[in-house]
Amino acid sequence: MAAHLKKRVYEEFTKVVQQQHEDLASKKLRLTKPSKSAALHVDLCKATSPADALQYLLQFARKPVEVESVEGVVRILLEHYYKENDASVRLKIASLLGLLSKTAGFSPDCIVDDAINTLQNEKSHQVLAQLLDTLLVIGTKLPENPSVRMRLVEVACKHLTDSSHGVRNKCLQLIGCLGPVEKGATKEAESQAAKDVQKIIGDHFNDQDPRVRTAAIKAMLQLHERGLKLQQAIYGQACKLLADDYEQVRSAAVQLIWVLSQLYPESIVPIPSSNEEIRLVDDAFGKICHMVSDGSWVVRVQAAKLLGSMQQVSSHFLEQTLDKKLMSDLRRKRTAHERAKELYSSGEFSSGRKWGDDAPKEEIDTGAVNLIESGACGAFVHGLEDEMYEVRIAAVEALCMLAQSSPSFAEKCLDFLVDMFNDEIEEVRLQSIHTMRKISNNITLREDQLDTVLAVLEDSSRDIREALHELLCCTNVSTKEGIHLALVELLKNLTKYPTDRESIWKCLKFLGSRHPTLVLPLVPELLSTHPFFDTPEPDMDDPAYIAVLVLIFNAAKSCPTMPALFSDHTFRHYAYLRDSLSHLVPPLRLPGRKLVSSAVSPSITPHEDPSQQFLHQSLERVYNFQHLDPRGIQELLEFTIRDLQRLGELQSELAGMADFTATYLQCQLLLIKALQEKLWNVAAPLYLKQNALASAAAKQILEETYKMEFMYSGVESRQVVIIHHMRLQAKALQLIVTARTTRGVEPLFGMCEKFLQEVDSFQRCFISELPHMQGSFVDKLLDLMPRLVTSKPSEVVKILQTTLRQSTFLHLPLPEQLHRATANIIEPTGESDNPLRFTSGLVVALDVDATLEHVQDPQGTVKVQVLYPDGQAQLIHPKPADFRNPGPGRHRLITQVYLSHTAWTEPCQIEVRLLLAYNSNRSKASTRIPKSTWSESLEALPPSENGIEGTIPFSKPVKVFIMPKPARR
Amino acid sequence: MPEIKVTPLGAGQDVGRSCILVSIAGKNVMLDCGMHMGYNDDRRFPDFSYITQNGRLTDFLDCVIISHFHLDHCGALPYFSEMVGYDGPIYMTHPTKAICPILLEDYRKITVDKKGETNFFTSQMIKDCMKKVVAVHLHQTVQVDEELEIKAYYAGHVLGAAMFQIKVGCESVVYTGDYNMTPDRHLGAAWIDKCRPDLLISESTYATTIRDSKRCRERDFLKKVHETVERGGKVLIPVFALGRAQELCILLETFWERMNLKAPIYFSTGLTEKANHYYKLFITWTNQKIRKTFVQRNMFEFKHIKAFDRAFADNPGPMVVFATPGMLHAGQSLQIFRKWAGNEKNMVIMPGYCVQGTVGHKILSGQRKLEMEGRQILEVKMQVEYMSFSAHADAKGIMQLIRQAEPRNVLLVHGEAKKMEFLKQKIEQEFHVSCFMPANGETTTILTNPCIPVDISLGLLKRETVIGPLPDAKKPKLMHGTLLMKDNSFRLVSPEQALKELGLAEHQLRFTCRVHIQDPRKEHETVLRVYNHLKGILKDYSVQHLPDGSITVESILIQATAHSEDQGTKVLLVSWTYQDEELGSYLTSLLKKGLPQST
Repeated sequence: MAAHLKKRVYEEFTKVVQQQHEDLASKKLRLTKPSKSAALHVDLCKATSPADALQYLLQFARKPVEVESVEGVVRILLEHYYKENDASVRLKIASLLGLLSKTAGFSPDCIVDDAINTLQNEKSHQVLAQLLDTLLVIGTKLPENPSVRMRLVEVACKHLTDSSHGVRNKCLQLIGCLGPVEKGATKEAESQAAKDVQKIIGDHFNDQDPRVRTAAIKAMLQLHERGLKLQQAIYGQACKLLADDYEQVRSAAVQLIWVLSQLYPESIVPIPSSNEEIRLVDDAFGKICHMVSDGSWVVRVQAAKLLGSMQQVSSHFLEQTLDKKLMSDLRRKRTAHERAKELYSSGEFSSGRKWGDDAPKEEIDTGAVNLIESGACGAFVHGLEDEMYEVRIAAVEALCMLAQSSPSFAEKCLDFLVDMFNDEIEEVRLQSIHTMRKISNNITLREDQLDTVLAVLEDSSRDIREALHELLCCTNVSTKEGIHLALVELLKNLTKYPTDRESIWKCLKFLGSRHPTLVLPLVPELLSTHPFFDTPEPDMDDPAYIAVLVLIFNAAKSCPTMPALFSDHTFRHYAYLRDSLSHLVPPLRLPGRKLVSSAVSPSITPHEDPSQQFLHQSLERVYNFQHLDPRGIQELLEFTIRDLQRLGELQSELAGMADFTATYLQCQLLLIKALQEKLWNVAAPLYLKQNALASAAAKQILEETYKMEFMYSGVESRQVVIIHHMRLQAKALQLIVTARTTRGVEPLFGMCEKFLQEVDSFQRCFISELPHMQGSFVDKLLDLMPRLVTSKPSEVVKILQTTLRQSTFLHLPLPEQLHRATANIIEPTGESDNPLRFTSGLVVALDVDATLEHVQDPQGTVKVQVLYPDGQAQLIHPKPADFRNPGPGRHRLITQVYLSHTAWTEPCQIEVRLLLAYNSNRSKASTRIPKSTWSESLEALPPSENGIEGTIPFSKPVKVFIMPKPARR
Repeated sequence: MPEIKVTPLGAGQDVGRSCILVSIAGKNVMLDCGMHMGYNDDRRFPDFSYITQNGRLTDFLDCVIISHFHLDHCGALPYFSEMVGYDGPIYMTHPTKAICPILLEDYRKITVDKKGETNFFTSQMIKDCMKKVVAVHLHQTVQVDEELEIKAYYAGHVLGAAMFQIKVGCESVVYTGDYNMTPDRHLGAAWIDKCRPDLLISESTYATTIRDSKRCRERDFLKKVHETVERGGKVLIPVFALGRAQELCILLETFWERMNLKAPIYFSTGLTEKANHYYKLFITWTNQKIRKTFVQRNMFEFKHIKAFDRAFADNPGPMVVFATPGMLHAGQSLQIFRKWAGNEKNMVIMPGYCVQGTVGHKILSGQRKLEMEGRQILEVKMQVEYMSFSAHADAKGIMQLIRQAEPRNVLLVHGEAKKMEFLKQKIEQEFHVSCFMPANGETTTILTNPCIPVDISLGLLKRETVIGPLPDAKKPKLMHGTLLMKDNSFRLVSPEQALKELGLAEHQLRFTCRVHIQDPRKEHETVLRVYNHLKGILKDYSVQHLPDGSITVESILIQATAHSEDQGTKVLLVSWTYQDEELGSYLTSLLKKGLPQST
């Protein structure tokens, strides 16, 4: 039987393939009509004036040409090309040739000769340039044909002496793209040519036209990208180009120098003015640093960006970039940074009170002061102070990259990064905070630096504050005063912006666990305990108090002496917080709290987490339930589901896994319950009303399976099969219920047909997984398939019913990582009693701010739903730009929702929630709803069970008070 | 040799009273027309009689250029144009033109109404003077007359500050005025293209200073203000009405906005309101941030900064007040200072330099007990801070500008002689250009080497340039042609065309030379020997032996005759046109050496 089935399957497959062939053939027939080339020919012959011909060509260019007719068209075009006197028409023909050779599937080697021939007698420079462009296209289409490429390069070399810059430009471009790059090729001639290519391009570094110079440098870079090792000899030439008058030349030259510095970092170059020699990479670094103060900001951005990737540069040079020798009236002056450092190390707080605090000290030898030639000197100081924020951002990025590779540099650049926290442009501030976070492993903040960093906590921009919290999470602080300062500032932040609560708590969690010894001496003060007096018990709901506790408890985790300092209520609060904010409060070993401490005994190895064990154990138990009686099965499932849900709440890292399995078990439970309904035993017509449970269960299972498939990230195909299988069972259940409750056979025909189709498609999609599903519903069903196809609907239903009852419960394998998509609407908070008033018929914008976790492709799937009290639902697709990505797996939606309604008599609440859209036709990986603009559809949502596309609500709804007022006349 | 002459009437080795005379290619231009803060007598204005004793100034000067609206750059303008008498054009940028009269009027009021001076320019004169002003845009080339053109570049010192390029033919001078190479909160950095002027006249206020990053300064400033306000103290910032005041306002405004602070900020004086109005208008002259965001919000429409009323000074609670004047010597700032000085929670921040003798200078130098008029003793308990916000380029900035512009000569003005000396030495050492620093009234002459443009016909150009294998236009190239100087223009044409145009007949110039050769043989044998000899040597040339017994080498004709007296001596007649001079003289020298003996 099974063999027969397999055969059937293969038959099916081959059939499909054949159909595709037929499709192609028919297409071919239709498309190879000779009309196109012929029509063009006729048109061009008809054309009386160049303008006419141009028109025809333009029209022709709008339609695509099939692969088969390309060559014919090319011939006709060439024919006309030779006849044509007007340069503009020839130009168009030349460009068409290029366009045609781009046609996918067309191999242009047959037209190479013709194309080269056209160049011979061409007088117009523009047409020449265009023809060369066409040759370039042809050449790039033929990567496997070195001889053609060689020919093309030769042609290009011949035209390099052309007087028009356009032609020379294209020639260089062509040489750059097609020039041979293999070193020591098979033939002697080829390696000769390879050397030549560089020399030929190098000769044009001194071309009179800046555009050609740029093209020459670009061609050189192109060669480099294609794998040719550039010669070191061009370094000198490139350096001269840095002083070019034209910014695009300078910009390209900076790139070239960078490339060379990466190629030959260790070779030695002489310093022109003296006898000394330095490494090439250092020299190049100095030169690029110099370009950071170029006149054109494009060059400055370019230079600043490239500096970041020059990691081989010696530290001596690197540190110069942050050094700008200050002087005042020829006397040496210390920078504010140096002063701050000195004050710090002398243990004094900044007075800043005296005029002349920064008074210059020692005299400077006038001869020793170099004002400009010092190369790398102060490059970053200049870059960070630049007028254009693009340059500043580039400089910050470069700092970041260099600091990551050099800890000593990281230490030095800290002051400058901290300064950037006060930039006038938010993007720059944000960027510098992120940079600081990235290099935070290498640095320890001094108190005065911390002070400046913390000042930014009062920033009104939420992005900035949150970035700063992230930064504080991974910062090293040197003193206990620093910790105290940070805590005080964070609490200040908390009172000013209560919405930052979660972020601040998280920040303190890390701050505490990183600096246990620094927190220890602060504990009595923070908890305001007193050796003799009892102090009042703080309010447990105060977010500030919770923040302090989070800091202390996390510090206490690795500091066993700390709990001794706690007072009684602290222990009580610990128990409460451990339960309510388990993700923030770590398990502690507390004296006299055996229960808590035994939960995590230190003997357990970290990777064998007890909760993980628990999860697996309970699952094992469930999967072995076959031996139990139905009653017992149900109970077991119910308990397990409850356990899993609780586990998910407690252990955030296992939440996804636990929820996922719980949902699956829930489905199974529903299925079992539905199948044990009494209705199956009663004659059909008698219990029309009693089927409610079964059909509701079927519906719910369907919904749950969609949730399982689309709401979790990390679901693999093994899980998808099981999910689909469960869905199939639900559909069978649905069919049975319908069959039982409806009279007449007519509607059943269609349903059976549909169901069988689904079984079929299931089989096709998951054919590889079928062997793992022994004894399951599908397995049995497929065995019975031939019978099903031929039998009547009533019989089908009967078969289904028995199969459904007999089928075994499939084991759900768990993937490595499973995360449930969650969303949390931060704003609107839903706590406001003031209705949002607006005139009816007009629009009001509601700010929505939500965090999304573990949502794949949020731009395509996340929607905002607004439910009005009258049952109207509105679905809004946020703009892609509204999503930000603060970290891996996390997204932030900040958008505006436009509301409108007719007038109401009194304010009422609307509900706002986030939906996850899915498309069950596609596999999860490619879920992407074709977007129909981002206009709102006002009709109610399609119910998920009969629609192919559906949505899953995945956030708690938030209620917003609104009041549309009637318009005043 | 053509030359550029520069004579500073003010600002030569000095700060204040900027006024520089430049004569370039027969054109006389006056750069800036300022007054000196330090003097109240005749010395406060430049000595215009230097230009001409009794003639009219208009006849001597082609134009006047004002770089920005500070009084030491434009203060003498009404006096110069209305009282001394000048009717020519005065150029300045649009913002300068708008703000300049406000400052002049203020200056006039103080001198005439407060100090009671007579014989000073009147309001009407200021108006009349401004009527002569022609406003220019950035990077707009203005033709003053047929030859003289000027062009403004962004200078970033104050709103509307500009550097000017003055150009006559190929000679050019750039005058920087005051400029700033580091951008601040409301203005961008000075910028100039690689215009390679013959002379760059640069200010050099901070010739010997390299300044710290402005961010530290800003941060310090903000931190101090913020701390004081959080403590509940009051902050007094004495400022001058224009320039730095706006920068500080923007700084505080954005800080308040960012940090969501609520304490009020006040700005005293009506003059500023007028000026702020212009700042709002000339958004294009400000920095990137303000330019980009003004569509949402004009940064100069301050949300947190309100007008100050005298009564506010007694209000309880924290506040920040900007008050004029900047040196605490009189007016509102002093009044407020007296009110607040007693409380140690308060703070005064001096954002600029204070002249000796002013209250500002006293408190900065640490005096805690001040004697006020009426023998009162004021005890200063409030904190006193000094912050330097200055918008001049430092030494590095000046060098950077020189590097950008690549001038052939540099001339320093607007700075102290001692400091200039250092910078001058540095410039000469690092750029290898000569640098000058004339004192007032001292004339510096700079020789220039201007290029003279010559028209050439396209045909001739193409014919002459095709010879080389590669077009390498950066190298000088030799060309043959006829230079025609006609109607004050130069043209290079081919000789034929020149003859045609001038109506001259073509004359041929031939050189003939006789060379004596000792050769006893017959004439035709000699000829044959010469022929073979030449043929052997001149392989690349066409050497022909003609049937009439003469030899031609290219177009050079050689004939041999026997000497009339001595048959043993043959006379070779060599004749060539002057175009073949090179070859001809080579041939003669060759023949003079004689023929090889053995053939």
